[in-house]
Amino acid sequence: MERVLEEAGVPPRRRETAWSLGVAFAVMVALFIAAPFLVYPVFLMKALCFALFACAFNLLIGYVGLASFGHALFFGWASYVTAHAAKVWALPPELAVIVGMATAAVLGLVAGSIAIRRQGIYFAMITLALAQMMYFFALQAKFTGGEDGIQGVPRGRLFGFFDLTGEMRMYLFVLVVVLAGFLLIYRIINSPFGEVLKAIRENEQRTISLGYKTERYKLVAFVLSATLSGLAGSLKALVFQLASLTDVHWAMSGDVLLMTLLGGLGTVFGPVAGAFLVVAMQNYLATFGQWVLVIQGAIFVVCVLAFRRGIVGEIAHGLRVQL
Amino acid sequence: MPDTLALLAVKELEAWYGESHVLHGVTFDVRPGEVVTLLGRNGVGKTTTLKAIMGIIENRTGSVRFEGHELIALYSDAIARSGIAFCPEERGIFANLDVKENLLLPPQVRPGGLDLDRIFELFPNLRERLGSQGTKLSGGEQQMLAIGRILRTGARLLLLDEPTEGLAPVIIQQIGRMIGALKAQGFTILLVEQNFHFAATLADRYYVMEHGRIVDHFAAAELKANTEKLHEYLGV
Amino acid sequence: MFEVFGIPSQALFGQLLLGLINGSFYALLSLGLAVIFGMLNIINFTHGAQYMMGAFAAYLLLQHAGIGYWGALVIAPIVIGATGVFVERFFLQRLRKLDPLYGLLLTFGLALIIEGLFRNYYGSSGLPYQVPETLQGGRNLGFMFLPNYRAWVIVLSLAVCFATWFAIERTRLGSYLRAATENPVLVRAFGINVPRMVTLTYGFGVGLAALAGVMAAPIYNVSPQMGSDLIIVVFAVVVIGGMGSILGAILTGFALGIIEGLTKVFFPEASNTVIFVIMAIVLLIRPAGLFGRNA
Repeated sequence: MERVLEEAGVPPRRRETAWSLGVAFAVMVALFIAAPFLVYPVFLMKALCFALFACAFNLLIGYVGLASFGHALFFGWASYVTAHAAKVWALPPELAVIVGMATAAVLGLVAGSIAIRRQGIYFAMITLALAQMMYFFALQAKFTGGEDGIQGVPRGRLFGFFDLTGEMRMYLFVLVVVLAGFLLIYRIINSPFGEVLKAIRENEQRTISLGYKTERYKLVAFVLSATLSGLAGSLKALVFQLASLTDVHWAMSGDVLLMTLLGGLGTVFGPVAGAFLVVAMQNYLATFGQWVLVIQGAIFVVCVLAFRRGIVGEIAHGLRVQL
Repeated sequence: MPDTLALLAVKELEAWYGESHVLHGVTFDVRPGEVVTLLGRNGVGKTTTLKAIMGIIENRTGSVRFEGHELIALYSDAIARSGIAFCPEERGIFANLDVKENLLLPPQVRPGGLDLDRIFELFPNLRERLGSQGTKLSGGEQQMLAIGRILRTGARLLLLDEPTEGLAPVIIQQIGRMIGALKAQGFTILLVEQNFHFAATLADRYYVMEHGRIVDHFAAAELKANTEKLHEYLGV
Repeated sequence: MFEVFGIPSQALFGQLLLGLINGSFYALLSLGLAVIFGMLNIINFTHGAQYMMGAFAAYLLLQHAGIGYWGALVIAPIVIGATGVFVERFFLQRLRKLDPLYGLLLTFGLALIIEGLFRNYYGSSGLPYQVPETLQGGRNLGFMFLPNYRAWVIVLSLAVCFATWFAIERTRLGSYLRAATENPVLVRAFGINVPRMVTLTYGFGVGLAALAGVMAAPIYNVSPQMGSDLIIVVFAVVVIGGMGSILGAILTGFALGIIEGLTKVFFPEASNTVIFVIMAIVLLIRPAGLFGRNA
């Protein structure tokens, strides 16, 4: 997998404390603060949730080198549990989200234990199959509401007094949580733990011979990625006040993969950019029916053949900075 | 040596393994019916030279002329079809194939290849083991299989990479006799060998390699006079 | 009519037959995937879409050229196989030197494009395809009713699977393929045009998928999404069987179809997921798959 990133032009070891990252972060935050006054907050919130989802996904594919085709499992099931917790158990939003995240963490632990046993394409197929199994479970279970999903999910009052019904307030909540998640992922990547992950990506055999139990590291990374994907799903359930089968369908796994690939595998800001682009595109093309599928497929093909660094990756490469 | 006499003429051959520049301008030739040996320590580029001639290493420049045709820009299948056969150091016996299938795999590239009966004459052991899985053979038998299968092809220039490596003295002798028989039949052989004594019984000429280039060259008759120099080159 | 574990024999054997039918398709499709994986070291995500195109080819041949089932059985695999040759030569070959993940992503993208295009033109509902006249009807075997077409599907897939296995394991051409999966560089150095062989192998695997599609057309409706849900199950089949072996793919396909059928009888709610559950169990016990060698 390390070849994937080298082929994409990402150098194997780099200290990600470059000034460009700080500048990009400041620009990004500024844009997010200004945006809701120019663009529909609901669209922004959707994009933010997917940005977090893509960042969490990137943790696994970009830094550990494991390509999961089943991340919808964590995203969707956290969404279901949070929706249920808010609607049926009447939990306040912060607890509903935590419960959703915990669900994703447990699912991540179970799925990861099974899938980590194999590498590369096997890993991809196993994650896909596990997610599909849970899709069928969601289809049939009463708890999920089947084809209808869980509707009318209340946003509730944050910490008991901060009413999230209004779009701007919800936007603020989502923005804070997503930024926190983004920074957490960044911190993970740049910790000693993160260095071991990168070493595994570069040369697992060598890392093992240095005494690291790489299986454990991979599993922890998997669980972290699953948990944060779950966080994204939980937020989305509250934003749209709905949890549905779409969230656990394999197309959702394909979407997050597309976002990360388009934005730039292994870059810090790539997944965010990719998420916004794909959500915007889906919005714009919603009236064109099935062309979304065709265009997404075409983007995959073009990215793989000619554009492996992704948008942010190409910009970073062109400006010779880190992004 | 004038080019027109050579069956194989290599000029300024350079080659890269990825970023690594491993051959720095190799020049030598091989005349029809000769046995020419490339000598040198481990890692000097002997195997790389054979692979570059064969086109197995694709990142290469220079000139490789065989029977007057330029091979430098061709892929390895085209090079094989022009009449050259390669026997790799690791022998390359296929585990997914039985002995017979291994033997019959390389296609005929020229008329006049040895038929199976002739090959069994040279290597009687193979006839008994036809149905066995290729990799179940002993080291010596695998080497015979590896050489035997390229004799079927009709190629007249054989590139042999360390044919005696890891084999018992009795088998080494057998292989030596066989190569001698091939030479008598007019095959031209480019041999890479660490086992200098084995090469000494067969070779007409020697080229010594160091750091990816040819550093010395002498004929069989000059061997005695250069033994000390050779020992230095080979670090023996 | 008799009963087995409280289930009437008609129902039991009916489901077993259905399971065997499903198993036939699982076997054919996982065989195609295994052949492609062996030579190209990629998972052909487009396989489901190519299966769907085979079914559509049969439908379109009938609608627009008046060519029926028997013609389609021959023409569709060739035509769709040719598209496979094109894809390999102009797309996949470029990715040959990269991590196999890119091949997977490319075939995934192609699957989206193909399914999206067909959905645009044909909508989401199924199109009908008649069982060919000579195969209509069926016979009563006493313990169950056996439709002729269903029997034909099973016989044909067994025949095709056997023929493919034989061609690969027992013929000269097959020895070239087996050698090339093991050491393509050396095989090329013997004078065999390996890239062309790889391209044709991919085309063959795609042709197998298309053939399965033609066979499926009279049983399931011809619809743009018939491939995508099926292919994920086939992936699980392939993981269970292990990628190393042609015979393993075939046996696992049939076996899992039968197991799925039995599950439908005795434990219907689990029938959708039983194959995935088995996959999880196999992975825990024997990560390389039942017939697999080391990955």
